[in-house]
Amino acid sequence: MTPDPALLSDLRAALGPDAVLVSPEACAPFECDALNTQRHRPDVVALPRSPEQVMAVLRACSRHATPVVARGAGTGLSGGALPVAGGVLLVLARLNRVLEVDPARRLARVEPGVTNLEISAAAAPHGLYYAPDPSSQVACTIGGNVAENSGGVHCLKHGLTVHNLLELRVATIDGEWLTLGSAAGEAPGLSLLALLTGSEGMLGVVVEATVRLKPLPERVELLMAAFGDVRSCADAVGRIIASGIVPAGLEMMDAPAIRAAEAFVRCGYPTDAAALLLCELDGLEQDVLHDLQAVESLLRECGATTLRVATDATERLRMWSGRKSAFPAVGRLAPDYFCMDGTIPRRHLADVLERIDEMSRAAGLPVANVFHAGDGNLHPLILFDAGQPGEVERAEHLGAEILELCVAVGGTVTGEHGVGVEKLGPMCTQFGADELEAFHGVKRAFDPDGLLNPGKAVPTLARCADYGAMRVHGGKLPFAHLPRF
Amino acid sequence: MDHDGTDELVAQVREATARRTPLRIVGGDTKWFFGRAVAGAPLSTRGHRGILRHDPAELVLTARAGTPLAEIEARLAGCNQRLPFEPPHFGADATIGGTVASGLAGPARAWAGPLRDFVLGARVLSGDGRVLRFGGEVMKNVAGYDVARLMAGSLGILGVLLDVSLKVLPVPPGERTLSLDVDEATALGRLAEIARGALPLSAGSWIDGRVYLRFEGSDATLDDVQARVGGEVVADSRGFWAGLREQTHPFFTGTSPLWRCIVPPLAPPLSLDGAPLVEWNGLQRWYRCAPGVSAFEAAAAVGGHATLFRHGTDAPEVFAPLAAPLLRLHRALKLEFDPAGILNPGRMYADL
Repeated sequence: MTPDPALLSDLRAALGPDAVLVSPEACAPFECDALNTQRHRPDVVALPRSPEQVMAVLRACSRHATPVVARGAGTGLSGGALPVAGGVLLVLARLNRVLEVDPARRLARVEPGVTNLEISAAAAPHGLYYAPDPSSQVACTIGGNVAENSGGVHCLKHGLTVHNLLELRVATIDGEWLTLGSAAGEAPGLSLLALLTGSEGMLGVVVEATVRLKPLPERVELLMAAFGDVRSCADAVGRIIASGIVPAGLEMMDAPAIRAAEAFVRCGYPTDAAALLLCELDGLEQDVLHDLQAVESLLRECGATTLRVATDATERLRMWSGRKSAFPAVGRLAPDYFCMDGTIPRRHLADVLERIDEMSRAAGLPVANVFHAGDGNLHPLILFDAGQPGEVERAEHLGAEILELCVAVGGTVTGEHGVGVEKLGPMCTQFGADELEAFHGVKRAFDPDGLLNPGKAVPTLARCADYGAMRVHGGKLPFAHLPRF
Repeated sequence: MDHDGTDELVAQVREATARRTPLRIVGGDTKWFFGRAVAGAPLSTRGHRGILRHDPAELVLTARAGTPLAEIEARLAGCNQRLPFEPPHFGADATIGGTVASGLAGPARAWAGPLRDFVLGARVLSGDGRVLRFGGEVMKNVAGYDVARLMAGSLGILGVLLDVSLKVLPVPPGERTLSLDVDEATALGRLAEIARGALPLSAGSWIDGRVYLRFEGSDATLDDVQARVGGEVVADSRGFWAGLREQTHPFFTGTSPLWRCIVPPLAPPLSLDGAPLVEWNGLQRWYRCAPGVSAFEAAAAVGGHATLFRHGTDAPEVFAPLAAPLLRLHRALKLEFDPAGILNPGRMYADL
């Protein structure tokens, strides 16, 4: 589609001609985010350098009734930054300044294009860090983290993005500035800071974030435990938490994931194990050592076959390396994979893993499991070959079944990757028409004309009617045998 | 005693919407003084009560809105767990619904985070009588907008809370409160300095020339902290902090207007008369002001905001004024969730 010349002229006047891309070659790199099965080359890419220029882009889009999609580094896994036809792609990567690190007040003020890891790097000289650590933290930006409410391996104890934000400066599609929250962490009125967090760029564009910094822990210990069966490992997760210990990280891998990781990075995982648990403890020296002993004896009671505590930081990093490279490691096993992101109540871990295994066999597609066990956030990786006729559809179908199972046991279709375009269908499983209509109502309050990232995050009722027709066979609800609550 | 009163509440709200009669949502009516006065027929959530789920290994508790806060805290204590934000009761009848709707947190706020950080899910009855479920009972959930957290502190203007799911946490093995003699300016610096470190400081306040620091952890840790920080041990640690949380401390008696000022870390003393009672390591400062005196400007001058917390329900506004674009958004959201404007009208701001 050829962009509206009046819009282009407004954008060029506000940003300068070199910050507005229209040629197919220049726009091509922005055609997808990390969900690369969905692509659409943008007609216009705007690259503002300041909050005022961001506002100018939004005002121009509003004036010309043009949809606008905000994008950070494009590391999102659900297609939230997928360009929309006839729209402007608003790339925030050039707003990349750390504006302030205030060690005395333990906060940092940054522009949206600053990467997650840059915040911790800027805070490190003061013995502080920014806690949420999504696996893409080298590349992903804080603006994107706010849009997705990103988690990471340490969020059971240290919180999600929403728990570590103090204040947001937001530009609305109506051309107004909003300040949400405050450096004190509270503000009068409704909690719009929490509402904006995780709203996938549908309600406003963040131009500045003030985040909380935490002191680096005095002591960190990492413990690895192997199990002969998945159920014992899953039970150990519940036992640790019920004992009153909140680990900084509690990660689990199943046999296919363990073997793939070991073959990929040689991190010392026992390849004969059915399940592996990594438990990280952090805090004051005495507390960590006390908890470490308690966790060790609990894991023995739960039937751990191998138990190892990292002796130093080098070994700790090596033990983590297998977990952190698990996705690419599993990726070597098949030409393609889908990464699912359901979250379930922890008590159902073992049952759900068993069910996923049965579904995987029935579908004839292998599934490897790597996940944040402490949070109950599963990442089943469905392996397939897009080159084989029908395999993409079978993999998508298996993925949808897994997410429906997560909802059926009281969980959610997405724990941390967001809905984007990827999970619009599964959203219809989790929410009824009234909730979806309420979400559209929230959208209307911020963006009455539906110009910000249209078509993402919340499905239309019509789409859900189509999805229902596809998913419900023979009038039977999926997993009718499972309790629903 | 446990009862699912959803149907009764839905019927009352639908009738009120049809007749356009305003409702004043009431749990235990312990926080009646907080916010502006509402002229409306009472809608009681007391009959909708009961703990629905609590599995200690999940760190989640789900309860109906009319469940007494005391019942929930007793259940959690039995499993050595607690609500980490240490909510004030302000009376024996406080309910969990009122707790979430008021969004108030106690002395542990600066350490644990605000109440909204612990809201995982909510079932909400909208003003037009729809029963809506947002969030869930899991720690991580980014499906749909976070309307459950939006309910925290919303004072009932968007919907009637039916059920809430909250994240709970284990109780540390012990607590110890240390007290040191210092003036306000020194105390503010000392509180901020200790809060910056990795010490397990779970509450910090300054009152009547003394700073009070509560630490939580194992005995060995607490001994270590005491050696590092110094000061005197407060004998009745629990009683002392309960006095601040429930505002039974003598500072809070009397009927002169009570202002709550929330300010950024290291904000200087405010230009208001009288010595404040300082909580949350300096972030929350209480003032007793003369009638007619406003603290809005003084708090805003240091980058914070003030609330006329008690003894001011006849004042035109008790919450700090919102910027115009923010107020417009509040109105637009109110219209979506409560189109007839019948739920707690005016409790937060005059025309909401």
